Amino acid sequence: MSKEIVIPFGPQHPVLPEPIHLDLVIEDEKVKEALPSIGYVHRGLETLVEKREFPEYVYIAERICGICSFIHGATYCQAVETLMNVEVPERALYLRTIWSEYSRLHSHLLWLGLFADGMGFENLFMDAWRLREHVLDDLEATTGGRVIQGSCKVGGVRRDIDAAKLDEMSNGLDGFRGELADLVDVFLNDSSVRSRLKNVGVLSKHDAYADGAVGPVLRASGVASDARMLGYAAYGNLHFKPVVEEGCDCYARCAVRAKEMYASIDLIKEAVQKIPDGPIEVKVTGKPDGEYFARAEQPRGEVVHYVKGNGTRHLARHRVRTPTITNVPPMVKMLAGCELADVPVIVLSIDPCIGCCER
Amino acid sequence: MAYFEMAKTVLKSVLHGPSTIRYPAQPAKITPISRGRVVIDPSQCISCGMCMRKCPADAICVSREEKTWEIDRLRCHVCNCCVEVCPVHCLTMETQYSPAVTVREGRELVKITYVKPERPAKPDAGEKEQAGSS
Ligand code: SF4
Ligand code: SF4
Repeated sequence: MSKEIVIPFGPQHPVLPEPIHLDLVIEDEKVKEALPSIGYVHRGLETLVEKREFPEYVYIAERICGICSFIHGATYCQAVETLMNVEVPERALYLRTIWSEYSRLHSHLLWLGLFADGMGFENLFMDAWRLREHVLDDLEATTGGRVIQGSCKVGGVRRDIDAAKLDEMSNGLDGFRGELADLVDVFLNDSSVRSRLKNVGVLSKHDAYADGAVGPVLRASGVASDARMLGYAAYGNLHFKPVVEEGCDCYARCAVRAKEMYASIDLIKEAVQKIPDGPIEVKVTGKPDGEYFARAEQPRGEVVHYVKGNGTRHLARHRVRTPTITNVPPMVKMLAGCELADVPVIVLSIDPCIGCCER
Repeated sequence: MAYFEMAKTVLKSVLHGPSTIRYPAQPAKITPISRGRVVIDPSQCISCGMCMRKCPADAICVSREEKTWEIDRLRCHVCNCCVEVCPVHCLTMETQYSPAVTVREGRELVKITYVKPERPAKPDAGEKEQAGSS
């Protein structure tokens, strides 16, 4: 009979830059149980909503996360706009969609890089981040910011992209797709990657659904659920189909994200073709009153922004349910029974973003 | 199951050379709309305090009495909000980032040199001086 010991994992860990702490109950080399705890990077961003007026709060909403910042800003705007019955111009909705998909591309490439690093595949990590640079360049050229775009506002967007730049971006994505194919090929077909990921961290379809997994974690377990199917922003006018895998393991989660990047490229190209001319913003007058839940698909899964107005320039409450927090219980389930050496890979496979999970 | 998946990438990288640039010897990539840092034209600022009120990070401090405009570079997260709200457009966003600073150096104090132009003389507009010339 071997003895149980507890090994602390994180919040400072070489493969995991995110400050989550796990107490791993180990017997032999097997993890019997994982006890997560968070609370290392709480910043109190939600409370700031009482101190900043609602149009300026967009800047803070964007800074909830440093990776999927644009979609946080856009979802917050979406919530406030619905509350105030603002009709956002079509062109602004298309631009938001384009930038959202660019954010998804950059987030997934970042994650692929970190995941490769977690497996110990350093040069693949470098390669993923080299590719990500193209995406960041386009984001900077169109919004002025590489990571925090700051181009979304209540009532529309702050910047327009002219037709020439849109064409250039769309053509640039053709070459990008070729390079991406080389990268994805390694992730999906390389023998060492496959042996590291296949049948690791299995989460059955039932567990994924019952434990409230969202985003790629849920879709990798065979459930076709994606908030983009709701048709917010311009998604209703584009041909969007969620990427679903049946593997339920880390490999399937990697495959979902890899294939979603192609889907993003297609969405961007389609949006560039269909984008209508017209104004990019409307003037917002009045003060928000009432409450609303806005849902959107982040690279990590579904995000919910709840806003409550009280008829003043300051909102009464803003609450964000980020995808990572709902993916933690499924992660705990995946960890039970795995090998100690697989823990970093499994934790990374949910694409944890503790910064936005704690706000 | 395949082997040598990386071979193509490795070969390309060998032929292509490094993807990085030798910063700072070689200048960093910058686009015309990159947000680098906020600069003020002190001869235009009317000390209205809009930038101070709207700044999400409380990075700006404007003093009407002392005629100063102060920015804390370490607090400012370069969001462009102040540039947008300034009624006289005396703030601009430069594309160059501000250099690395310490906490003390980060506070930049600018003396406002704006002088309120004389109002065109109106018959008996008595307290012209009252409002102060800031
Ligand atoms: S750029 Fe944004 S954070 Fe910086 S001083 Fe202006 S408003 Fe404040
Ligand atoms: S910089 Fe512009 S907004 Fe700020 S106090 Fe001066 S005039 Fe007003």
